[in-house]
Amino acid sequence: MNSQTNLSGARVVHRSVSASARAPSAQNDALARKMRRRGQKARFSWLVPTLYIVFLLLPIYWLVNMSFKTNAEILGGFSLFPQNPTLRNYMVIFTDPSWYSGYINSIIYVVLNTTISVAVALPAAYAFSRYRFLGDKHLFFWLLTNRMAPPAVFALPFLQLYSSFGLIDTHIAVALAHCLFNVPLAVWILEGFMSGVPKEIDETAYVDGYSFPRFFIKIFIPLISSGIGVAAFFCFMFSWVELLIARTLTTTDARPIASVMTRTVSASGLDWGVLAAAGVLTIIPGALVIYFVRNYIAKGFALGRV
Amino acid sequence: MDKTWNNKAWFLVLPVLLLVGFSAVIPLMTVVNYSVQDTFGNNVFFWAGLSWFEQVLNSSRFHDALVRNLVFSLTILAIEIPLGIFIALNMPRKGWGVPVCLVLMALPLLIPWNVVGTIWQVFGRVDIGLLGRTLAAMGIDYNYATNPVAAWVTVVVMDVWHWTSLVVLLCYAGLVSIPDAYYQAAKIDGASRWSVFRYIQLPKMHRVLLIAVLLRFMDSFMIYTEPFVVTGGGPGSTTTFLSIDLVKMAIGQFDLGPAAAMSIIYFLIILLLSWIFYTVMTNYDARR
Amino acid sequence: MAKIELEHIKHSYLPNPVKDADLALKEVHHSWSDGGAYALLGPSGCGKTTLLNIISGLIRPSHGRIVFDGTDVTDLSTQERNIAQVFQFPVVYDTMTVYDNLAFPLRNRGVPQAEVDRAVRDILEMIDLADWSGRRARGLTADQKQKISLGRGLVRADVNAILFDEPLTVIDPHMKWVLRSQLKQLHHKFGFTMVYVTHDQTEALTFADKVVVMYEGEIVQIGTPEELFERPSHTFVGYFIGSPGMNVMPVKVEGAKAHLGSAVIDLPGAADTSRSRRLELGVRPEYVRLGRQGHPVHIRKVEDIGRHKIVRADLGGMEVAAILGEHDELPTDAHVSFDPAGINLYADSWRVDLGGQNG
Repeated sequence: MNSQTNLSGARVVHRSVSASARAPSAQNDALARKMRRRGQKARFSWLVPTLYIVFLLLPIYWLVNMSFKTNAEILGGFSLFPQNPTLRNYMVIFTDPSWYSGYINSIIYVVLNTTISVAVALPAAYAFSRYRFLGDKHLFFWLLTNRMAPPAVFALPFLQLYSSFGLIDTHIAVALAHCLFNVPLAVWILEGFMSGVPKEIDETAYVDGYSFPRFFIKIFIPLISSGIGVAAFFCFMFSWVELLIARTLTTTDARPIASVMTRTVSASGLDWGVLAAAGVLTIIPGALVIYFVRNYIAKGFALGRV
Repeated sequence: MDKTWNNKAWFLVLPVLLLVGFSAVIPLMTVVNYSVQDTFGNNVFFWAGLSWFEQVLNSSRFHDALVRNLVFSLTILAIEIPLGIFIALNMPRKGWGVPVCLVLMALPLLIPWNVVGTIWQVFGRVDIGLLGRTLAAMGIDYNYATNPVAAWVTVVVMDVWHWTSLVVLLCYAGLVSIPDAYYQAAKIDGASRWSVFRYIQLPKMHRVLLIAVLLRFMDSFMIYTEPFVVTGGGPGSTTTFLSIDLVKMAIGQFDLGPAAAMSIIYFLIILLLSWIFYTVMTNYDARR
Repeated sequence: MAKIELEHIKHSYLPNPVKDADLALKEVHHSWSDGGAYALLGPSGCGKTTLLNIISGLIRPSHGRIVFDGTDVTDLSTQERNIAQVFQFPVVYDTMTVYDNLAFPLRNRGVPQAEVDRAVRDILEMIDLADWSGRRARGLTADQKQKISLGRGLVRADVNAILFDEPLTVIDPHMKWVLRSQLKQLHHKFGFTMVYVTHDQTEALTFADKVVVMYEGEIVQIGTPEELFERPSHTFVGYFIGSPGMNVMPVKVEGAKAHLGSAVIDLPGAADTSRSRRLELGVRPEYVRLGRQGHPVHIRKVEDIGRHKIVRADLGGMEVAAILGEHDELPTDAHVSFDPAGINLYADSWRVDLGGQNG
């Protein structure tokens, strides 16, 4: 039995029932074999993400491994596990204020930046998603171009700008500077989520006598709360990982942890153990944030635009 | 959605405008200002016209950095996009594996960029790194501090390690939005695995892929911290990308004029390339 | 075009089902004749889509066998079973043209181009999209897309069966009638076995030769529309089919007499009901007579719905619905009686044969 004859036959006459009931033909056999092979492939598809995750975790593991070793062991031998596990490296960081204040500084300006970015982006995103106004398209594109601005281009001008305001080495300087790329991003993400909320909701609220601010805070913000979460996540992420601008604008008081790490170069050479421990500690805040938003990650990365 | 014309919406945009204006326009003005002036020190400046631009555009140093950066960006796009799609296609769709995969894969994205550099610097070192030691033991000449090929491979692999997850997560978001009925219909229509990919999965991922390509291109074109930590732009200047070169010039040598001119050229190139990418891909989308 | 036999099919979505409640589909054991038009009718979550997917091979049942014309197909893939299925929501390949969408199932099976072209043109004509054949499917309206989905199901004329999973949900009411009658015509023309899932009783009753009513994972009755109406074999069928549904009243039975509160009702025959825990009397409103004889009732409400009136009466604390003709008057001192032809007795929800009745 093959499909051509069936097709032409069936168009004119009622095909005999027995044809389809006959024992599986050669074609069907081949098909069945193909299906089985496909099924087998599906069973091994877990290998791909597993291998990828191993590839991702291996370098991180090596850092963690090193952070529990003494410098002598790091330089002297080669072992997959710390032979004499030590917490010395971590103790160095937790007892020296110039180390742990680095973490506090980083957290302060990242949180400041996330708050500012989302707060100013909310009304702007609402305007872009709901209204047409003079120059709106140009403005939106101009905003996005700031996301494309290389930090290296802005590092020096920022230094001069903030020195003239006397803001150098303050948390707010870094937070404001990071707004350059985080605000456009937040506007873009929030605009995507807001466009998914039907306009009728706004209109109903106004008919019900809500003023704009009350509607915005009481009704609209709860509706796009997942969008706000995603925007905040991205702002946090890009502010947390950026170093070039943060380092340029700070000297001692607001110095980020990432920048403090370069200090491990001392007269006696690199203190590898402490460097590794500091690195491990910078991974933890990010890991915590990911853990809390794990259920929104996939959707969030699509920025509400799938 | 039909939008109403309302110029009062400007008031809603005003905070963003002021903030971004403050942190973008004023610095950019400074850059433009420097790019057309020269100084002998003591804050005395005089008009230099477009001479800095000519100097930068004619310098082989700039050409080399530009070419290196383009090669780098295209290489990582060519690796990360297909690899990301392939991994996303093989991710579990339900069950306990989903959050585990997502959390572990997102991890590199939230590591500060200089720590990414540090991780690979340590991992690849011949004396103390797992990778460097292993390769050396296998008899491969691998030393990213002296061997340009090794340096390039390290920088590329590091970027793949750092950013492929972004592509994976974006594609995965596209894939999970496909209703089951599509796969069932494809089975009933007798579609091959390739047809399912070509006609169901790829069209659904298409929008997020546009985002992925744009983001990855822009960010790789601005890359600074990670290669700087690992190779410092070396050996020689074999991994000196545009940003590394610019920072060297501006903060290292304090050549403000050429640095400013280069900044503007650099920014314009990024805008131009991003615009080309964007138009080509959206036009392609419209034609399909 | 095949006879479909479902042999002791059970299905659970859980890995280790232990109790009955874990089963999405309790035991189904039926045989569906070749060329029949069946409607699977039931509320949401009753297992009708599960049963449909088991027939098409998208789901492998946890227990039992599926046999097409004497061949066991339980382990065969959808493709090997040669089944077409149309889903509730339109599934179209966005990037393909309307023509390519329809040709897709045929091309995948290696049908020569000339045959493909003829089949596709036939279908385009039938679903009235001939003018759109070169257009991308992306920009089409929901009902145009659903017509394409239907067309993809119908383009392979050699299929063993076509399964429809509430295919007309997204189509507007006028178009529904047109498409439904086209489907019926096609069925008469080609005579394939058709299974049509719906929760709309009108759709099921007008479309199918046999209606399969499902409730909580089991088939409660298979019958013609008349059978479902006259002799519901389960109280659920009584409730679900007909508007308003059947009156179901708890009773005590002694021989051929049923005690409904203080009222005594003569049954058409006697039945042994000693082992049943719960006995109910089922009478459709159409068989409830309002007049001056019978049991006194208190009228609660009269709903005039145009062609007739629905009277809600209170019989000893129990609500009884009755149908009254448009011009009939409601007697002042109302009594109800039940037409013996419409009296059904249910033991633990299942109909008891009382004898003396044809059914």
